[in-house]
Amino acid sequence: MLDISTLHYLVLGAALFLLGVIGVLTRRNVVIVLMSIELILNAVNLNLVAFSRYWQGIHGPSALQGQVFAIFIITDAAAEAAVGLGILIAFFRNKETVNVDEVNLLKW
Amino acid sequence: MRRAKAKSMFFLNNIWLIPLLPAFGAAVMFFFGRKLTKSSVSAVCVGVVVLAFLFACGSALQYNAWADANQHQPFQKILYTWLGTDTGHLTYEMRNGAQANFQADAGFLLDPLSSIWLLFVTGVGMLIHIYSMGYMAHEGGYYRFFGYLNLFMFSMLTLILANNYALMFVGWEGVGLCSYLLIGFYFQRKSASDAANKAFIVNRIGDAGFILGMFFIASYFGSLRYIDVNHLARSGAFHIGDPVITAATLLLFVGACGKSAQLPLYVWLPDAMEGPTPVSALIHAATMVTAGVYMVARSNALFVLAPTSMKTVAIVGALTAIFAASIGLVQNDIKRVLAYSTVSQLGYMFLALGVGAFAAGVFHVFTHAFFKALLFLGAGSVIHAMSGEQDMRNMGALRDRIPTTYWTMFVATLAIAGIPPFAGFFSKDEILWQTWTSEGGAYRILWGIGYVTALMTAFYMFRLVYLTFYSKPRMSHEIEHHIHESPASMTMPLVVLAVMCLFAGFLGWPHSLGGSDRFAHYLDPVFAHGEARVLAEQGKAGQLAAGEKEEEKTSPVEYLLMFLSVGAAGVGWWMAGRAYTNADKGYTEPLAAAAPPVYDLLLNKYYVDEGYDYVFTGRRKLGKVRLGAMGLGEASSWFDAHVIDGAVNAAGWMTRLTATISSWWDKWIIDGIGVNGPAILARVLSYPARLLEWGLVQWYALVMTTGLVGFVFYYVYH
Repeated sequence: MLDISTLHYLVLGAALFLLGVIGVLTRRNVVIVLMSIELILNAVNLNLVAFSRYWQGIHGPSALQGQVFAIFIITDAAAEAAVGLGILIAFFRNKETVNVDEVNLLKW
Repeated sequence: MRRAKAKSMFFLNNIWLIPLLPAFGAAVMFFFGRKLTKSSVSAVCVGVVVLAFLFACGSALQYNAWADANQHQPFQKILYTWLGTDTGHLTYEMRNGAQANFQADAGFLLDPLSSIWLLFVTGVGMLIHIYSMGYMAHEGGYYRFFGYLNLFMFSMLTLILANNYALMFVGWEGVGLCSYLLIGFYFQRKSASDAANKAFIVNRIGDAGFILGMFFIASYFGSLRYIDVNHLARSGAFHIGDPVITAATLLLFVGACGKSAQLPLYVWLPDAMEGPTPVSALIHAATMVTAGVYMVARSNALFVLAPTSMKTVAIVGALTAIFAASIGLVQNDIKRVLAYSTVSQLGYMFLALGVGAFAAGVFHVFTHAFFKALLFLGAGSVIHAMSGEQDMRNMGALRDRIPTTYWTMFVATLAIAGIPPFAGFFSKDEILWQTWTSEGGAYRILWGIGYVTALMTAFYMFRLVYLTFYSKPRMSHEIEHHIHESPASMTMPLVVLAVMCLFAGFLGWPHSLGGSDRFAHYLDPVFAHGEARVLAEQGKAGQLAAGEKEEEKTSPVEYLLMFLSVGAAGVGWWMAGRAYTNADKGYTEPLAAAAPPVYDLLLNKYYVDEGYDYVFTGRRKLGKVRLGAMGLGEASSWFDAHVIDGAVNAAGWMTRLTATISSWWDKWIIDGIGVNGPAILARVLSYPARLLEWGLVQWYALVMTTGLVGFVFYYVYH
């Protein structure tokens, strides 16, 4: 059976991160952009959890700092999703659209 | 004893009531006159003047008694300080550098001179008020007329009784105002209101002289009270011919010329005949026009110190006398003849004052008041009978139709012509005699003028009598039908005045005819001191003493002159009689037949009014040039329209120009370069930077990601 090492996790995290970044940069729909941001965050979480497991192998089962960190980030992502969706609703009320490329007021 | 003495001072202590009584009448007319009936108007207005006359008689009598006990001092009653203060808080610098109080009293002064004026002004004034009740009975504005008359009496009495020049000036202006109001009484007539304006304006010229003379006196003597001024003038502190006193007296005489209608300011008086006839009698014959004589006589102490002024007065007086008399020779309006006669007689009075015969001048004022008032009232009665006709060419043969008027006017004519024993003979003869003798005979040419004037006076007065009362009737049938004698209220004053014309002259019965010249002696306290001092200063004290004797001695020349002047009056009478006794319709004037140019010149009053129109008023153009007041007005108007307005417009144009420039500067330089310049610069320079700003969130994210990747590669592979 193929042994799943830390490197696997890191590759998966990097793939997820790339998917997230591509989603943020290329999709016009704000909802999908927000979802892509969730992907980036979870890619980071996956890295943290992977390194926590690697750390337990060296220092014993009580080395759980990375997992605790991941829990914080999940909380933070929930808060961020709430704020982002709030902005999204306000934005939709004004513009009747959820496309980011139609919001270009922030210029000279 | 004290009580008795106090009682005998009643009228003197209450002398201020004399002017205030008519003022009361005027005030009643002013406030309630419209609502009063004619009889109550008469009761108030005539009543106050009768009362004033009684007070005047009482005052004069009490003054005589008082003066005998007080070295013939003037009686002075000061009520209060009217102008300024006497406390020294308000002072001015006199000519000699001393400080004098700026002060004038509401004070009254009674001396022989003011007594005489007081008596005849109230006396004649009273008679004319009574006469006016009849004359004005059918006229509108009855209360207005009597209100003005009372106001006039108040002003005239203030003028006479004032104890200083300032208060006299108040009366002086007051009579001028009343004269204006009464000349313009028939204000619906343009000619009347024009005449009123003329009188007022010409008088202002004289008044300016008076007020300037008054300033000279104030600055030289430090007081305007007659007593102070006379005292200083007679103290010997000033020498004869003092230039300031000469200037002051000449200026005062300008005032007198205006008020008393002397050359060259006489032009208003003939026009003043536009007023109702009683006004002509009271104001423009008997009283107001003698105010100038009064003022000069009042200032005799100053005039004797100014021989130049005295000469001026004498010469102006003599010239006015003959000038006006010659115009009177040919006038056809009955009142105008009398008006020129008045001017001429006033000239006589000034001639007398000018040669130093103050008492003779005052005496002529006194007698003239009676006979000239009588002549005017008689003329009024004639006009009344003739239904308003004033042209003598349309009269004639009124002798039997209005006998009382005829007899009284005839008496007045005898008086003014100088037929003895009527009043005018004594006064005129005294003036001519004094002119003959004064200055050692240097004034004999003036005597000649006066003598010819006397001849003319007799001629024009008898011409008036013959054309009016004798000759053939020349009026229309309708007017002839209406001829009637005037009511008693009009004839009674005529009779009283006629009696006065007969007897007034006896007061000045000369020494040469066995009299004592009481009139002149009565005035001695006013005049003699000044003359005595002048004679003493000139080293002629001996002559003074001799003069007293000489006066009683009299020379045969005096009888000769007396005979000559009576002869002149007789000749004038005879000539007038010969020319006009049989004047029928379309009669010819003898002068018009003999010398038409002279006749035209006289009929047109020497074209003086026209000349004044050219030179002073500017109503007529001299070629293309307009002179005088209207010329000045036109010049001022041109100056205003072109120079002043031009300057105003230029200033406006300059403002607009600078505003335009300033606006351009602000718009293009300040805003353009100063404010917009940096902004444009910033915009231009910022252009490349702005190209990076699209406003698209994902683009920013891409840049950020690229940068991040770049940093990572840089650190990893560096």
